[in-house]
Amino acid sequence: MTKQEALFKYTLRLGDNALILSQRLSEWCSNAPFIEEDLALTNFALDMIGRSQALLKYAGELEGLNRTEDMLAYRRSERQYYNNLLVEQPNGDFAVTMVRQLFISVFEKYYYTEMQKSSDEMLAAIAAKTLKEVKYHLAHAEDWVIRLGDGTGESHYRTQKAIDDLWMFSGELFEMDEVDSKLIAEGIAIDLDKIRPLWKAYIANVFNNGALQIPQDGYMQTGSRQGIHTEYLGHLLSEMQYLQRAYPDAQW
Amino acid sequence: MVGHMYTKQEVLDYLSVIADPEIPVVSIQEMGMLQDVIISDSGYEVILTPTYTGCPAMSIIEADIKALLQEKGISPVKVTMVYSPAWTTDWMNDTAKEKMRQYGIAPPMHSSCGNMFMAEQHVHCPHCDSADTNLISRFGATACKALYKCNTCKEPFEYFKCH
Ligand SMILES: [Zn+2]
Repeated sequence: MTKQEALFKYTLRLGDNALILSQRLSEWCSNAPFIEEDLALTNFALDMIGRSQALLKYAGELEGLNRTEDMLAYRRSERQYYNNLLVEQPNGDFAVTMVRQLFISVFEKYYYTEMQKSSDEMLAAIAAKTLKEVKYHLAHAEDWVIRLGDGTGESHYRTQKAIDDLWMFSGELFEMDEVDSKLIAEGIAIDLDKIRPLWKAYIANVFNNGALQIPQDGYMQTGSRQGIHTEYLGHLLSEMQYLQRAYPDAQW
Repeated sequence: MVGHMYTKQEVLDYLSVIADPEIPVVSIQEMGMLQDVIISDSGYEVILTPTYTGCPAMSIIEADIKALLQEKGISPVKVTMVYSPAWTTDWMNDTAKEKMRQYGIAPPMHSSCGNMFMAEQHVHCPHCDSADTNLISRFGATACKALYKCNTCKEPFEYFKCH
């Protein structure tokens, strides 16, 4: 694998994470518990679609096959997507969405802070922009997880259940393969082993403030680095890609 | 290239009328989004820094720039988005902030973005200037604005968030 090929895969993976979570969050549009929350979740989705647009555009340039960001988003099948399994998990109830967001936003806070120092100028620039947005997402998810955890018996029960159910998807955030090792050596990618203890300490502190328990590390789900996904991604893509599949090259 | 050659200043002057569609009283120049115009043998390149990555206004601004310059006979025009250095509300000039306030949007606090959540507690009402205001939601109708209410004049208003 050349450096260029590794960078393409790495950028694609980052773009896919933002795109798929954006699609999931946009499903809350008009379904959130109240209007301010509806606005918040769709604002997050908008931030992430913007980030994925920048990343997939860059990935297309790195690949050199004239694939635009739209072609990468709408013309790839499930096995050609490399997002983490966590982002494709269904929204569930509001607690599930907030716990998922907390896991991801804490990760992104540390990840994009480091990425600002990447020797790849484009990734460093996108990281600086993204980090400002991630801080808002994190503050929001953190507030809610504490409030729900330390709230009523029902909200506490649902939040703890969301944590227990999603925990097995948290390990994959820190998985690395030859793409990562090649780019870490170049000063481009981030060593995720360094982020893992920071992530866990931050999460443990939030749980502590919300009277929630951090689960024991057990079996962790894996597969996305090889394009192997849970059953949910295919359904998500069938909806997201419908228009371009039915009417290829349709323009807005 | 065909026709008359325009100077960079002429092009920048034309572009000074292009506004952010979300806040039509403030130009992209006052917002700090318009960075440069590069003139070369291949045409005119307008350099913009996007405010928010997902901001739908960006594509409208791009289309507005192309349409306006075309009308002036300036072509070919290319609009390039640069992400670094990242746009910050600190680039917004005081004229922009005052116009924004008069339009009914509380402008972002100066140089407070390092601690953006502290700034949220001291937002003044754009209608009556009261400091007795409450944050209703950090997220509003667009990515750049939060929702507030004023406890003095009882009016709701939007605050352009630090970024
Ligand atoms: Zn007032």
